[in-house]
Amino acid sequence: MSDKRQKRIRLCFLLLAVLVLLLGALNLVTGSTGIGAGELWHALFSGERDSSAARIVRNIRLPRLLAAAVLGGALAVSGFLLQTFFANPIAGPFVLGISSGAKLTVALAMIACLGRGAVMNSWGMIGAAFLGALLVMGFVLLAAGRTRGMARLIVCGVMIGYICSAVTDFAVTFADDSNIVNLHYWSMGSFAGVSWDALGAASLAVLLSLGCCVLLIKPMTAWQLGEGYAKSMGVNLRRFRLALIGLSSLLSACVTAFAGPISFVGIAVPQLMKLLFKTAKPAVMLPACFLGGAGFCLGCDLLARTLFAPTELAIGSVTAVFGAPVVIWMLLHRDREARL
Amino acid sequence: MSELLYTDKLSVGYGEKTVVRDIALAAKPGQVLCLIGPNGAGKSTLLKTLMGTLPPTGGALYLDGRQLQAYHEWELARISSAVLTARPEPELMTAAEVVSVGRYPYTGRLGILTEEDRRIVRETMEKVGVAQLADADFSRLSDGQRQRLLLARALCQQPRLLILDEPTSFLDIHHKLDFLQLIRVLVKGGELAVIMSMHELELAQRFADMLLCIRGGRVDRMGSPEEIFSGGYIEQLYDIENGSYDSLAGTAEAPRTEGAPRVFVIGGGGSGIPLYRRLCRLGIPFAVGVLPENDLDLPTARALAAIVIIDRANEPVSADKVNEALEILKTCEHVVCTTSFGSVNLENRRLLEYAKAHNMLINVNEIE
Repeated sequence: MSDKRQKRIRLCFLLLAVLVLLLGALNLVTGSTGIGAGELWHALFSGERDSSAARIVRNIRLPRLLAAAVLGGALAVSGFLLQTFFANPIAGPFVLGISSGAKLTVALAMIACLGRGAVMNSWGMIGAAFLGALLVMGFVLLAAGRTRGMARLIVCGVMIGYICSAVTDFAVTFADDSNIVNLHYWSMGSFAGVSWDALGAASLAVLLSLGCCVLLIKPMTAWQLGEGYAKSMGVNLRRFRLALIGLSSLLSACVTAFAGPISFVGIAVPQLMKLLFKTAKPAVMLPACFLGGAGFCLGCDLLARTLFAPTELAIGSVTAVFGAPVVIWMLLHRDREARL
Repeated sequence: MSELLYTDKLSVGYGEKTVVRDIALAAKPGQVLCLIGPNGAGKSTLLKTLMGTLPPTGGALYLDGRQLQAYHEWELARISSAVLTARPEPELMTAAEVVSVGRYPYTGRLGILTEEDRRIVRETMEKVGVAQLADADFSRLSDGQRQRLLLARALCQQPRLLILDEPTSFLDIHHKLDFLQLIRVLVKGGELAVIMSMHELELAQRFADMLLCIRGGRVDRMGSPEEIFSGGYIEQLYDIENGSYDSLAGTAEAPRTEGAPRVFVIGGGGSGIPLYRRLCRLGIPFAVGVLPENDLDLPTARALAAIVIIDRANEPVSADKVNEALEILKTCEHVVCTTSFGSVNLENRRLLEYAKAHNMLINVNEIE
């Protein structure tokens, strides 16, 4: 790699990091209660925990922004893994219906728990979501095979997504009234109300998954030349496929379990990062997608909270507004390239 | 020279289905072994088995004296590497990045390239003549450049056995020759054994040391190009019914037009070949004469003409043969003369004179 490329990559990382920090700070200070820089400093670093500013910052804004950053990053990495696996830039956890599958199983599990008067803990949520994600992934693999055709893959995923959403709606409709408010709020998608406990569980799961992803960097690089070449260089394809599918499902399951289904982050962020970094090297893209996803979701959450305050928008609506055009642009752009 | 790879009653196929059975082959360092045979004969299946990416359905396969299956995946990838028929379209990868993927079996768990790895990548690219492409976007390069880069990638695995599946199929003739010449240079060191499959028979004949012919689910023949490209064997190997294949020259011809000759060609010395092919295309049966046995025109004339009058080699054309030709000429509508006359074919001039006298002579471009 030439020095120019190295320099560009370093510069881009710096830019992203600054952006994420900036958006994080912005998320802390803005909201229905104005909190100045001095108050913020006091709330964060003094021992005092009882002032209203401290409570807002510590109990509401800080967990929410951390959730947006960690889960947004996880979603983008999950999208990158899926795009690499299918050698298809349109693949992503939402488009393939994985998020909807996770949403379905989480909804069912929540209803079952609430029915017995119990409350599900964070790990139960992750488990349920992971199961749903894997089930849908299995369906998509069966239905579409390892096709490179974008159309078939998308149609498969979108249809499965609709089916899952429909079943979720049924379940929510027939659940006890008292449960519905909670469920409905969650199924719209939001980073609000993620507790420190849930955040801890989610972060641990995401961190572990990312650690495993680092071990996939090497086989992913070989896989980029196609299955045949990967095999000829000694990549254990069975293990690689299982790991890749498992990790991408787990990452998007974590997100869905705590923040509901969030559209387009998984597909738009990796694309934007590839454009920004001008490379698809897994070693660069993995951290880039995490940072990019974090920044993207922090920005979208900020807008969701503040745009029509005090009314909050669903995070999925905001990500769609920014993510969908990226996908459309990419499709058109690729078409033009293919014709050249 | 000892064998790097050899097989013992090897059978290859997918799952329960055996495609080629009882294969005995050997690949030696410094040699190019070329697989030829009709489409679907199982050349690719055999190559995949030799690469170790497809388990054999029977028999044994030894690499460097050890059963192939006994090798670890990464261990095998350090001895043997491949250029496949698949045409990768990696996104946003530079040429150098594609080549450096070949260091896979040598890098650590995280795939980080060391200075040594980078040096090998650089040197390999220089050896293959693609160093100047290092920073170019792989997906924007031509087929010829990409194929060289994929070869460089394979060489970065520092293999002792290089397996190429139809490496020249989608290259133009210039790049075919360049690529194969490069392979010859690589094996010349005496360290590398090459096994490849090819459809271009004329090139296999020129660039391979040994040929393995696969047909009808078995190895039909194995031998040097001189042995394989003799007699009518190639026509038999490929079941050529529509047309013919000249093993010596390596040229394929369309099927001849049978029937009473309508045109008589006085050819010789290669001058008639384009005309024979044109008459064949137009579906006009024709006769050729009189050609000495060693005439350049003869293989094509034999393949395409309804009648060829042939005389002994290295002797002037005899009057008898010319009389014989004259009888046939008289039954034709037109006569075309493509040759000039010298001491050997002087007698043929009589044919020309007869045609002139009877107003039968036409120009090449008057034929429709």
